[in-house]
Amino acid sequence: MYHVAYFLDQLINGVTLGAIYGLVAIGYTMVYGIIGMINFAHGEIFMIGTFVSLIVFLLLGLAGGVWLPLAILIVLLAAMLFTAIYGWTLERVAYRRLRASPRLAALITAIGMSIFLQNYVQLLQGARNKPLPPQITGGVEVVNTTNRAGEAYAVSLSFLQILIIVLTIVLMVVFTLLITRTALGRAQRACEQDRGMAALLGINVDRTISLTFVIGASLAAVAGLIFMLRYGATDFFVGFLTGLKAFTAAVLGGIGSLPGAMLGGLLIGLIEVFFAGYFNLEYKDVATFTILVLVLIFRPTGLLGKPDIEKV
Amino acid sequence: MTGPANGHGPGERPLLTVEHLTMRFGGLVAIDDVSFQAADREITAIIGPNGAGKTTVFNCLTGFYKPTVGRLTLELEGHPPIFLERMEGFRIASRARVARTFQNIRLFPKMTLLENLVVAQHNKLMRASGYTVRGLFGFGYRQEEEKAVDRARYWLEQIGLVDRADDDADSLPYGDQRRLEIARAMCTEPVLLCLDEPAAGLNPRESADLNDLLTFIRNEHRIGILLIEHDMSVVMQISDRIVVLDYGRKISDGDPEFVRQDPAVIRAYLGEEEEEDLPDIVKQDLSTDGAGGAGALS
Repeated sequence: MYHVAYFLDQLINGVTLGAIYGLVAIGYTMVYGIIGMINFAHGEIFMIGTFVSLIVFLLLGLAGGVWLPLAILIVLLAAMLFTAIYGWTLERVAYRRLRASPRLAALITAIGMSIFLQNYVQLLQGARNKPLPPQITGGVEVVNTTNRAGEAYAVSLSFLQILIIVLTIVLMVVFTLLITRTALGRAQRACEQDRGMAALLGINVDRTISLTFVIGASLAAVAGLIFMLRYGATDFFVGFLTGLKAFTAAVLGGIGSLPGAMLGGLLIGLIEVFFAGYFNLEYKDVATFTILVLVLIFRPTGLLGKPDIEKV
Repeated sequence: MTGPANGHGPGERPLLTVEHLTMRFGGLVAIDDVSFQAADREITAIIGPNGAGKTTVFNCLTGFYKPTVGRLTLELEGHPPIFLERMEGFRIASRARVARTFQNIRLFPKMTLLENLVVAQHNKLMRASGYTVRGLFGFGYRQEEEKAVDRARYWLEQIGLVDRADDDADSLPYGDQRRLEIARAMCTEPVLLCLDEPAAGLNPRESADLNDLLTFIRNEHRIGILLIEHDMSVVMQISDRIVVLDYGRKISDGDPEFVRQDPAVIRAYLGEEEEEDLPDIVKQDLSTDGAGGAGALS
C-alpha cells in the first residue's frame, strides 16, 4: 500500500511540475514554428512572470484582504499583461531586424537578451530570494497509510494542485481552440508554412509574429504564477533552469509541434520527479538533460514532430 | 503614354496602368521602360522568351521589388487611384486587392483545402472577430466565419474539389493544386488577379479546364486578369490582349490577332531569318491556332 501511495504522490507532483514546463515549452515551440529561432530569453519571460505575480500578490495584500479567487484572477491577468508587453518588446527590439539574418545571429541575440533580462531584474529586485507566503492551503486526502518505519504517510491532493491542473487544462483547451479555430491561429499556421505567400494573401506577417510572442509570453506568465504559488519563492535566476528544461520538453515533444510541447512538458515533469523520488534527488537535472541529449541523437524530430523537409 | 492598344478596339476601362517601369539590379536592366495597360474584365497576357522580364513585372506589381523607375497605378471605379509602387507587400493584397500566384506552387501544404481558402479571407475575419478577443468567446464572429466558409465552398465547387475539402492541400494531384491556388487567390476578392504560368506542367485536358476557369472568372466575376504564360494554346484562346516582352523591353502590344502577325514578335521568337531556332512547340502552336496567324508565319 505504501508503494502505491508513494507512487501516487510522485505522480501528482510530476503532473504539476509538468504543467509549468508545458506552458513554457509552448512559447519555445510556437516561436520556433513561425520564425525558426530558439528564443532563449523565453525562460526570462517566465521569470518576469514570477516577479509580476509576486509583486501583485503583495500589493493586493497591502490593499487589504481581497477574496482569494478574485485575487488570483487579478494576479493572473496582471502577470499575463506585463509579460506580454515584455514578449512583444523583445521581438520588436531585438529579433525583428534580424529576421533575414543567419540563424546564428538571432540565436546569439536571444542568449544576449536572456543575460540582459536576468541582470535587469537583478538590478531592480536585488539578487536575494523573494518569498511569498502560501496563498492556497488545504487539500483532499487521497490515501492514508503508514510507511516502512510505521509512521503515518498521507497522500493528499492539495487545492493548489487541483487549481494548477484545472488552470493548465483550461488554458491548453483555449489555446488549442485559438490555434485551430480562429483567424489568428490560421494566419499563424499559414505564416509557419510560407510567410511570403501569407503576406500576399493580405496577412500582416509582422503583427502575426508579434502576437505569437505575446501569446507565448502570456502562457509563460501563467507558468510563472503557478511556480510562485507552488514554490513560494523566486529570484532573478529561476528562468534559466526552468527555461532550459522547458526547451528540453519542446525538443522531446518535437520542436514546432504544439501538442508535442504539452506532451513533452508533462513527460519531463514526470521524469524529473520520478527520478528524484526513486533514484537520486541531487541528480534530477542530469536525468532531464540526458533526455535532451538522447532525443537529439536518436530522434531529433521529437515524439510528435515531423521531419523537416527541405523546401525547394 | 496611355494610347490604346495597336490593332485593338475600344477596350474596357483601364484597371492597371504601368508607366515607364524600369527595374535594374546593379548593372543588369531586367525591365527597360515598359508601359502597358490591363483593362478591367479582360485577360491580358504577358509573353516573351525566357528572361524577358515577365516575372519581374509581377514582382514589381506585388511589392516583392521596388521598381527603379516607373509608376504602377491601379484605378477602381469610384476610388482614388492607388500607386502600387509605394505600398508594402501585404497591403497590396489587402488594400489594393491585387492577388497573385507563382510559377511554383505555394499552397499551405499542411492545411486543408478549406483552410487554405479561408485563410485567404483573413483580414475580414480578423476584423469581425475583434482581433481574436471576441472570436475566442464566439461573439459576432460565427456569421462572418460562415460567410468565409461559404465563399470557400463556392470556389471549391467551381474547381470541382468540394468533396476533398478536408484533405491536406499537398495530397492533391498537381493540376488540382494549380487550380486551388487560383481559387485561393479569388477568395481574397481581388480586383486584379496576376497568374504566373498557371498552365506550366499541366496536361492538355487540365490546360483546357484552366481556360474554362479563367474565362469563367473574367465573365462572371468581372475582374482583370494578368497572365504570364508560355502555353500558346492558353494564351491565344483566352487573352483579350497580349503584351510581348523581349530582353526587358516591350516589343508588341495588342489583341492576339495583331500580335501573332507582328513582325517584331515573329523576329523575337524566330530570330532574323532563322526559322529553325523556333522551339517546335511554339511553331506548332502558332501555326495551328487560327488560320489568320499561321499565314503570317509561313
